[in-house]
Amino acid sequence: MSFLFRCLIKKIKRIKTTENILRIHSIESFGTHDGPGVRFIVFLQGCKLKCLYCHNPDAIDTTGGTSYHIEELVEMALKMKSYFGKKGGVTVSGGEPLLQSKALIPFFKRLKEEGIHTNIDTNGRILNHFSKALLDDYADLIMLDIKHMTESGYVALTGMPHNEIAFNLAKYREDSGKKMWLRYVLIPGITDDSKLLHAMGMHFKDYNTIEKIEIQPYHKLGIHKWDTLGWDYQLKDARENTEEELQAASDILKKYFKEVKIN
Amino acid sequence: MEVKQFKHGIWTEKVNVRDFVINNITPYHGTHEFLVGPSKKTQNLWDICKVATQEERQNNGVRCVDTETISTVNAFNAGYIDKDNEVIIGLQTDELLKRTMKPFGGFKVVQKALSEQGVSPNKNLTNLFSKYVKTHNDGVFDAYTTEIKKFRSLGFLTGLPDNYARGRIIGDYRRVALYGIHFLIASKKEDLEAITGPMTEAVIRLREEVSEQIKSLKEIIALGAKYDLDLGRPAENAHEAVQWTYMGYLAAVKEQDGAAMSLGNVSTFLDIYIKNDLENGLITEEDAQEYIDQFVMKLRMVRHLRMGAYDEIFAGDPTWVTEAIGGMFEDGRTKVTKTSFRFLNTLYNLGPSPEPNMTILWSEDLPQNFKDYCTKVAIDTSSIQFENDALMRKSRGSDDYGIACCVSYQEIGKSIQFFGARTNLAKTLLLAINGGRCEETGVKMVEGIEACDCKYLDFDKVIVNFKIAMKAVARVYNDAMNIIHYMHDKYYYEKAQMALIDTSPSVNIAYGIAGLSIVADSLSAIKYAKVKPIRNEDGLTVDFKIEGEFPCYGNDEDSVDELAANAVTDFNNELKQLPVYKNAEPTMSVLTITSNVSYGKKTGATPDGRAKGIPFAPGANPMHGRDSQGAIASLNSVAKINYEDSQDGISNTFSIVPKSLGANIEDQVENLAAILDGYFLRKAQHLNVNVLNKETLLDAMEHPEEYPQLTIRVSGYAVNFVRLTKEQQLEVITRSFHESM
Repeated sequence: MSFLFRCLIKKIKRIKTTENILRIHSIESFGTHDGPGVRFIVFLQGCKLKCLYCHNPDAIDTTGGTSYHIEELVEMALKMKSYFGKKGGVTVSGGEPLLQSKALIPFFKRLKEEGIHTNIDTNGRILNHFSKALLDDYADLIMLDIKHMTESGYVALTGMPHNEIAFNLAKYREDSGKKMWLRYVLIPGITDDSKLLHAMGMHFKDYNTIEKIEIQPYHKLGIHKWDTLGWDYQLKDARENTEEELQAASDILKKYFKEVKIN
Repeated sequence: MEVKQFKHGIWTEKVNVRDFVINNITPYHGTHEFLVGPSKKTQNLWDICKVATQEERQNNGVRCVDTETISTVNAFNAGYIDKDNEVIIGLQTDELLKRTMKPFGGFKVVQKALSEQGVSPNKNLTNLFSKYVKTHNDGVFDAYTTEIKKFRSLGFLTGLPDNYARGRIIGDYRRVALYGIHFLIASKKEDLEAITGPMTEAVIRLREEVSEQIKSLKEIIALGAKYDLDLGRPAENAHEAVQWTYMGYLAAVKEQDGAAMSLGNVSTFLDIYIKNDLENGLITEEDAQEYIDQFVMKLRMVRHLRMGAYDEIFAGDPTWVTEAIGGMFEDGRTKVTKTSFRFLNTLYNLGPSPEPNMTILWSEDLPQNFKDYCTKVAIDTSSIQFENDALMRKSRGSDDYGIACCVSYQEIGKSIQFFGARTNLAKTLLLAINGGRCEETGVKMVEGIEACDCKYLDFDKVIVNFKIAMKAVARVYNDAMNIIHYMHDKYYYEKAQMALIDTSPSVNIAYGIAGLSIVADSLSAIKYAKVKPIRNEDGLTVDFKIEGEFPCYGNDEDSVDELAANAVTDFNNELKQLPVYKNAEPTMSVLTITSNVSYGKKTGATPDGRAKGIPFAPGANPMHGRDSQGAIASLNSVAKINYEDSQDGISNTFSIVPKSLGANIEDQVENLAAILDGYFLRKAQHLNVNVLNKETLLDAMEHPEEYPQLTIRVSGYAVNFVRLTKEQQLEVITRSFHESM
């Protein structure tokens, strides 16, 4: 079969409908910080939060992104499969992937058919029929981002109310008995108060499904994107963590969690 | 022969080192924890070497040079660094780091190299070589056609070994230790007796060559005698095995100064002796490591006399003492031994270094502990490279092989190769667009290509013309290679190395190409965008205007990656059809060494948007900055080039910042192993790994004195970063460093 003919067949098979497309911000073929092992990372477009430190602010707009057919993404993942080894796989991140839970279900279903490990990097704000199905049946791992332990802190940081939604999602995952990691961005002066860390520890200490918590050091790598968007980056005065601060936070969290990793 | 402590086999009767290794090896699956640091003696000795290399750097790269003596196996008296601390003895000359004249490759090159140091050869020698003695270089130019000279001088064929030694031949230095020279002489004498008439040219030549080899073996015995070593007999213990093997290699680098003088695969072999002595309580682990440290130290001190221009194609004064470590046997056992670890451990005991060029024969089936150690060493030192053991073994047929130079498979003791540098494939593509004329000079190079005055380049037409150009370039290249290797055999035959190789080895001729990514992206631009050539008044392209977008090689997009793969297939097919000297088998590599900078300089603007004079990407690498889908997409593109079409090797240099490889060292070790497994499962052949921050390199440019041992992998080998020219340093820094967060 000629190359062109093959392409044509492929295209016909891949007529995009709302059922089988994902809106993508970008992809990274070699992710090493978003889940176990080497990962193919699909950054989905769109997020309802606007976190002050967001390093992908261009992924916030829920109307943007490029449409990819699920099979296109599966094919890409398969090309990466030989690099996944025993641990790696696919991570969907964003943006907020759970906003596209419905289309993620067939995507993850296909990945599971291909024997690929699946992981969702989420802020945990969507807990509906679709996201529950995804969590129950197809996500081998979720990485839940705990933004802030207090409601006022959460609002100030993300621009949205109801930090309890993420806790509810954590509880839902815990009850399902499936694996979960927590992630926590440590911003000097904003989220690194030891009281907050203890509060988080107390809240989650009895969860059996939490394998580890990852401290995400604060960095300003996304600032230029805010400038490009013409948005004002409000954390200009914040500074990056010192080694000592990271260590101190880690020491506190170690009292509550099996494993603490500085990512 | 004293063989009672080893398991017998075919090797006992006939020269067959592989059989000895297969029968006596103890594969090792454990961790690196048994390793020990350097001995006091090693440290003392290395301190002297460090001072000497510093003096060398301060003195324009040459510490001392001999202008009186033609270097041969026995030309110099015994030399020592510091006798009291030296456990493995032997130097190329009577003094550390002294460079010598090896004029049979070409006397003018020797004169030039010496004059750059402000000296000249002994007058009698000058007289002899200008009037009476003919060299390889003289012979080649007697036979070169006008056409070959034209392709050579205009930069279509560059770096050909026509005025320097071809190298790439790997003697089986293990034979010296296993058999002793007396046995080897007897064996060669038997071979010689069996080479009988009719006396065709080939038979006469072989008889002469074997006779030369026998003389050379006798010289190696005499070399040993200078150091009070009885090389006539086999080595009787681990210390002697290392020493004897080194003496075999030393003879080679005394006589020859080929660009690449690989060592082979000695570590597994030596392990058999070391294990034996350890088990019998004759030595300790400290002794074993000391032998290897000092052996490696000696290999690091090998020097050749080079002229400045040589640095353009082979930057940083490399010697390519390539040692292949690891891999698997056909029977499924691993070749990894404790001595594989001991070799790598020298990068800690003596610090990072480009030489010896340690090459891991990677297989998915290697012991996990060894994999972990290798990736850790790569991350810590950026001094080692990786090649696909399963792929090469299956395709080429033997599990007893080394790597010639950077990426080239060579069965040890059974085969050799004829090195042939490379042709500029990007410039060849420009011939197709310029009516067969050189884009820089307008000189007609190839007949039968219509001049094109169309507004936009037509893909189908360009491809047809590109094939005509490839055919012509292949023909001229083949002509040049046949002349070069005929003359090299005649005037600068590697008798010391060939004495340690079977009498009738198989030969492959090693062609090469440069500029592959430029060709792929240019063809992609022509095919998927619209490319308008801008021509000067003479009708030659000086620039290209690209309208629209096109996929670039390095993003795992088949539409362009297959253009790269096809170019390799097509050019290789052209080469395969041509007759070769000594019936060598044609093979091709995609490898540039550091010549990607000078090739770029000699190449006009290309249809991919690359401006005139800009360096090419090295080897088979995608062009810097055009791979935007992350490291694995980039690796996958390179993996699509079919090894069967490029059996001499496909070089890829991978640079990544440590943080991008993983959050901590444990993750990094694991992830790098995953990359290697993944890449090689996709049938890729070679990966150079650099784990470095760009800032480190920038700082090393500013403060070279603080980075005397900073090592970086370039195409197929490693260099001391501070020994590169500023231009080459900048080129390395502008390359893609995979960075993601």
